[in-house]
Amino acid sequence: MAQPRQLPPRSVFGSLVLIAVIVGGGAAAFAYTAGWFSPQRLTPNKLVDAFTPPGDQPPLGHRRNHAKGICFTGMFEANGAGSALSYAQVFTRGQYPALGRFNLGTADPNVPDATVQVRGMGLQISMPDGQEWRTAMVNLPFFPVSTPQAFYELLLASASKDPNAMKTFAAAHPEIAAFGAWASSAPWTGSYAEERYNGLNSFVFTDSSGAEHSVRWSLLPAAQPMAVSPGDLAKRGPDFLEQEITERVHGAPQRWTMVVAVANPGDPTADPSKAWPQDRRTVEIGTLTVQQIEPEQDGPCRDINFDPTVLPSGIRTSDDPFPAARSAAYAKSYDRRTAEAKYYPRTAPDTKP
Amino acid sequence: MIGGRKHFTLLQRLLHWLMAICILAMLFIGVGMESTIKPTYLALVSIHKPLGIAILALALVRLVVRLRSGAPPLPADLPEPMKLGAHLSHYGLYILMIGMPLLGWGMLAAASYPVVLFGGVDLPPILPLSDSLHTLLWDAHFYLAFAFFALVLLHIAAALFHALVRRDGVFEAMASVSVRDEVAPAE
Repeated sequence: MAQPRQLPPRSVFGSLVLIAVIVGGGAAAFAYTAGWFSPQRLTPNKLVDAFTPPGDQPPLGHRRNHAKGICFTGMFEANGAGSALSYAQVFTRGQYPALGRFNLGTADPNVPDATVQVRGMGLQISMPDGQEWRTAMVNLPFFPVSTPQAFYELLLASASKDPNAMKTFAAAHPEIAAFGAWASSAPWTGSYAEERYNGLNSFVFTDSSGAEHSVRWSLLPAAQPMAVSPGDLAKRGPDFLEQEITERVHGAPQRWTMVVAVANPGDPTADPSKAWPQDRRTVEIGTLTVQQIEPEQDGPCRDINFDPTVLPSGIRTSDDPFPAARSAAYAKSYDRRTAEAKYYPRTAPDTKP
Repeated sequence: MIGGRKHFTLLQRLLHWLMAICILAMLFIGVGMESTIKPTYLALVSIHKPLGIAILALALVRLVVRLRSGAPPLPADLPEPMKLGAHLSHYGLYILMIGMPLLGWGMLAAASYPVVLFGGVDLPPILPLSDSLHTLLWDAHFYLAFAFFALVLLHIAAALFHALVRRDGVFEAMASVSVRDEVAPAE
């Protein structure tokens, strides 16, 4: 040990205690920041865990939600009208490469297509300057609950063995009733191409003058939706949606019009369970054309995280708390499934150029 | 060059204390953002990336300065195991200061995430999309962060030991506020 210079033993002891307190305090502050003293804190891991009911095996190698899907590539053609709302390059008149994924809102990658009512689309649009716009949309007209915490509780209640769990949840979160009404009345269609995909979350567009606009976006199908009962869909086979979209796009490219709704002052931008009134200004900003379908196994969408906070300059997140929660959870889901790649039924080597 | 200086040069001291603040903030931001799904998550991530690149740039400058300016000698009476510990821990700190940002950058590139520094300014991907590389780098980035923090704590403990117990001038070599790089008097 060192020889203290002109220090009595007591002073050495006091100094050592002081050092221990400082180092221990630093470690404790770190542990507190990491949430180790806060078991109630809703972490990305807890949220992702909640997609798998207790005792079940998670879908190893797959997304933890929207686990079943199929890749597409195509083009987003901006008509220039979006430039009035945002200076993002993607709204300048022109064509931008698009990559995406049609999917089912389920944690089971092997579920029959006719059993899941929520259908979604992940989309990534690339700009020449290297920026990207990623979004993950669903065919719901509004989100089932108001907050990420409520969504977590909904997952727990859905997986609960307590027969009253959902009743208790609905009493605490009455906004879920609108989702129930949608689920029991919305027509099912026989194709991913006939669905309208809604971004649901609000974002802020900044135009070239610096003015900001709160918006939500949707993709409206060019194909005419045709209602088919779930019973009839069940007869079409477990993967009929993937087979149908593959054949349909092989026959002809499929199109959607991207529409941006602009909020009025006072509209609920922070709560995706509340739709905005129908009379809000809408702007058609371009057309998505899906040109090619590829199976997910070795397709270009497999290793893409459609994180809704990957946004180009000119679009930013709003006071809606969901994009942050989704980003944190999607990243965790991505980290897990890439670490579990050996369980995924791929056919080609894992590294792509 | 290991001169007869008592202090690190002013530039070295400035770099040290600036980086000390950055690295401590970075480590707390890192564990903090991994612990929440609230909007602070996005705010923390948006600081974590540019701050990490800033630390990488500062660390490279600092490495060059260190190689050119050297360091004041350790006290002659410092026991050999402590000298060894001092040298090894400083190698570790330099490796982590340079390695952690590169691991983070590579981990994002291997997952095809854009590495956004600030509005509209992205860094190029330094690796191709690869789930196995992403997993390897993610694990390294995650576990080495805890090793980094442990090393920082050890560094602080040792600095305070020099300052309070040994009182041998090692702490003052970095903590001095003197602007002149005076030469050590003969012991």
